[in-house]
Amino acid sequence: MSGTNGQWPLYEIFVRSKRGLNHVHVGSLRAADDRMALTHARDLYTRRNEGVSIWAMRSDGIAASTPDEKDPFFEPSGDKIYRHPTFYDIPADVPHI
Amino acid sequence: MPSSTSSSPDGADERLQEQFDRTIARDQRVEPRDWMPDGYRKTLIRQIAQHAHSEIIGMQPEGDWITRAPSLRRKAILFAKVQDEAGHGLYLYSAAETLGADREDLVERLISGRQKYSSIFNYPTPTFADVGVIGWFVDGAAICNQVPLCRSSYGPYARAMVRVCKEESFHQRQGYELLMTMMRGTEEQRAMVQDAVDRWWWPSLMMFGPPDDDSPNSARSMAWRIKRHSNDELRQRFVDMTVPQAGKLGVTLPDPELRWNEERGRHDFGTPDFTELMRVIKGDGPCNAERIGRRRAAHEEGAWVREAAAAHAAKQARREEQEKEHAA
Ligand SMILES: [Fe+2]
Ligand SMILES: [Fe+2]
Repeated sequence: MSGTNGQWPLYEIFVRSKRGLNHVHVGSLRAADDRMALTHARDLYTRRNEGVSIWAMRSDGIAASTPDEKDPFFEPSGDKIYRHPTFYDIPADVPHI
Repeated sequence: MPSSTSSSPDGADERLQEQFDRTIARDQRVEPRDWMPDGYRKTLIRQIAQHAHSEIIGMQPEGDWITRAPSLRRKAILFAKVQDEAGHGLYLYSAAETLGADREDLVERLISGRQKYSSIFNYPTPTFADVGVIGWFVDGAAICNQVPLCRSSYGPYARAMVRVCKEESFHQRQGYELLMTMMRGTEEQRAMVQDAVDRWWWPSLMMFGPPDDDSPNSARSMAWRIKRHSNDELRQRFVDMTVPQAGKLGVTLPDPELRWNEERGRHDFGTPDFTELMRVIKGDGPCNAERIGRRRAAHEEGAWVREAAAAHAAKQARREEQEKEHAA
């Protein structure tokens, strides 16, 4: 499958650096298909044991919030300071809380 | 702060510009989908592309020695190093793409000579000592240049630099170790190291670019925090870092003006021949034609591989599509 102008499509690469951690976005690359994306990702982003697992995903398949709608989009969490533990006053002499 | 050329009556652009300026002033990162002035985008694309091209062309001078390395150990090391440089080029091309640059267009600009790469890679590598000196000087200079770029204002560029810098230290150390080994060898080997040092010293100092008073775009790049230090400051750091290493190695740096300046707490040193730098950048270095020719040949001879992979992927996708239809 090729991109719009005959180039290989762009993939976003996510690497789990070790068991117990999330996959983290490390960058992107171009590949003809999913399998090539994975082998290229291995060669490009894990030459020094940086990962135990790789996700490769077509960049055009990602849904993203746009920077313009930043404020209203994230607003719902802005005024809910009671979601944070520091919102609550507990005397200093109460243990383990 | 430099400002965008476009403007709109409702002041929306001014607000975007203010937001951008604030991001820079607070030393926060600009990310791909943020609004940015056209000049910032263009400057970054040019700088990142030239940086990417340098990594890719930089594979050639040392790559020439892979088949002729004196031991399996040196061959494996050199292979890994050259492979890293390919990786650096690819990190950077994808960073350029986040700004809207087109990958194929960038490659085309390189092989048609419309876009530049670092002048240093237009010098030849006639002896194996050159491999060591490139690691020591050229990768050392690259480290001086790139460490501050890890805090560059453009997020994807800064992150690519973090990856690159982690790998450069191996490059520099393998080079220095190679030279230490040669210096423990025969008289002839020591002479070979000194000869390579003599040939690479000045071109390495030129890697930092023209002097500050002759570097028209530097101030703007620094205001945008694309660049964090001036050419002359980085050159000075490189000299200060390298002089004691040369002493330990037992070689002489070919600069009669080189001396420690107690008052400044830094080294004084001679002026590189910047007319040579300009000449080599313009295409008239010892190996410019060879480097570009080889990159072009690799691109053209690899075309069938890219086409075959694309055809295979298309066929595979059709097949999966048909299987889905059958299953439905
Ligand atoms: Fe590199
Ligand atoms: Fe390097």
